[in-house]
Amino acid sequence: MHQTFTITEIRTENYRTKTFIFDRSLPGAQPGQYVMAWLPDVGEKPFSIAGNAPLALMVVAVGPFSEALHRLRVGERVWVRGPLGQGFALHGAHHLLVGGGYGVAPLLFLARTALAAGHSVEVCIGARTAEDVLLAEAFMSTDSTDFNGLREEKKSDTVALTTRTSTDSTDFNGLREKKSVSSVQSVDKLLITTEDGTLGEQGLVTRAVEAAIAARRPDCVYACGPAPMLTALARLCQAHSLPHQFSWEAHLRCGLGICGSCELDTQTRQAANMPAGWLVCKDGPVRIMIHDS
Amino acid sequence: MSDLTCEFLNLKLRNPIVLASGILGTSADVLERVARAGAGAVTAKSCGPAPRAGHPNPVAVEWDHGLLNAIGLSNPGAEEEARMLVEARARLEPLGVPLIASIFAGTVAEFGDVARVIAAARPHLIEVNISCPNVADEFGTPFAALCESAAAVTEMVKCAVGDIPISVKLAPNVPNIGRIAAAAVEAGADAITAINTMPGMVIDAEAGRPVLSNRVGGISGPALKPIALRCVYEIARSVRVPIIGTGGVTTGRDAAEMLMAGATAVGVGSAVWTRGVAALGDIAAELAAFMAQEGYRTLGALRGVAL
Repeated sequence: MHQTFTITEIRTENYRTKTFIFDRSLPGAQPGQYVMAWLPDVGEKPFSIAGNAPLALMVVAVGPFSEALHRLRVGERVWVRGPLGQGFALHGAHHLLVGGGYGVAPLLFLARTALAAGHSVEVCIGARTAEDVLLAEAFMSTDSTDFNGLREEKKSDTVALTTRTSTDSTDFNGLREKKSVSSVQSVDKLLITTEDGTLGEQGLVTRAVEAAIAARRPDCVYACGPAPMLTALARLCQAHSLPHQFSWEAHLRCGLGICGSCELDTQTRQAANMPAGWLVCKDGPVRIMIHDS
Repeated sequence: MSDLTCEFLNLKLRNPIVLASGILGTSADVLERVARAGAGAVTAKSCGPAPRAGHPNPVAVEWDHGLLNAIGLSNPGAEEEARMLVEARARLEPLGVPLIASIFAGTVAEFGDVARVIAAARPHLIEVNISCPNVADEFGTPFAALCESAAAVTEMVKCAVGDIPISVKLAPNVPNIGRIAAAAVEAGADAITAINTMPGMVIDAEAGRPVLSNRVGGISGPALKPIALRCVYEIARSVRVPIIGTGGVTTGRDAAEMLMAGATAVGVGSAVWTRGVAALGDIAAELAAFMAQEGYRTLGALRGVAL
């Protein structure tokens, strides 16, 4: 059954993305899990959980349903079914998180969870262009409820990101030195790549990932983003014998593992070495690949 | 351990637990996975004459005692389905798991057309879905509602499929399911599958709206079991053909009850929601344990003891 959640805050992340903060937490939610959000008379779609203190969902306006969500205001309600699916399971104590485009949403929840456990976290974000880089400030924020880092006291910490003029990813590394003492730590390192070079390093995120692995081998790589990015990362992780956990996207309908609508296409499945008949909605969305070595 | 081997028509199943139609069954990969998980046989999702996208979300919701769904018979159309079935059969044969196809259509003539296309893929059994509760607006009253229409479809399909046996899948919401079953058997049904989901509705009180986009859907899961047991019992008293008893079976004990009501095989569907794909094999193992505990050595000893 659906539970109703009331919107308490709406943050604009970019030209087509908003984060909705709700009035309470979703019991039992783990990073990497998702919810089905229902608007009566409109429809129901899956969304990764971007945070749960309280529940936060990041919504990119890409169709009629997400556009309807974007029209909602503070105080209005959203019906939520979940948490659903298999989430991430922290493996080791040094984590490399890789987000492509709006795939950053579940990784923010994961980063906050890992940091709260005292682990170290590095993040690579890849996007087409500067304005598609999402939640970068939130990863650097030390306030667990902060989704865009635009609060007054954080401005000095995030200047390198918010000006978005830098082409040098090391600018972000410098933020580590400045982070303030807080109950929640900021991530250790944030590397940004854009395909057109308008923010961070120019190129694909896999290059930043290679560099991050070379600089400090993580215990596990966690990723969410488009399938081509994940298949490339799967090859990379296999080459380095690195445990990895990727969150996959598919056309989700029932969310209960019964309708069979959400199999990955054969090409993607084989490229990423996934088992046949794997159901994104219930076996996933996260596929955990941890080999004993 | 007791013997779970199940003779069903000309088929020999390693156990009586059958993946019900409409749950998974959308691809050769998934059917193979369910077979490897321990199913005695697997049923593909129903296919019709043409591709259908199905209903928009929400298509399924869990409630206090089960599920309500209206997926809307999404399927790739008979031609594409036949190709999938050929591949699925090739994958299942080495595992010794029979493949059951499932068909639906909007008219008696279309049932014949779809049956011919599907029969060419040589599934071991063809289930004739005359009872989907979720497409009434397009197809009118379900064929399962009347003896005459149930018989007409059965006869048409039987003529179209050659030597492949057929099982007619009945609806629970009829005044006398035994009479419908008798009409289908009289018209040539080799077996009966009972039951499809029970039409129902879930309303969200805060929203003041039915949850499913189709407004109504089919009730499945634990809430359906007593209804299914009653239907299987009535059918078993009315006809002599084997029955795939389906509806709310979640444990091996539930499966035993279904066999006691007169079923020869037991369909499992919504249990996949609560117990995962492993449900099929787990329920079979639980059934064997129950039989051993109660001193039933074969399925034959169990079948129909409650009649």
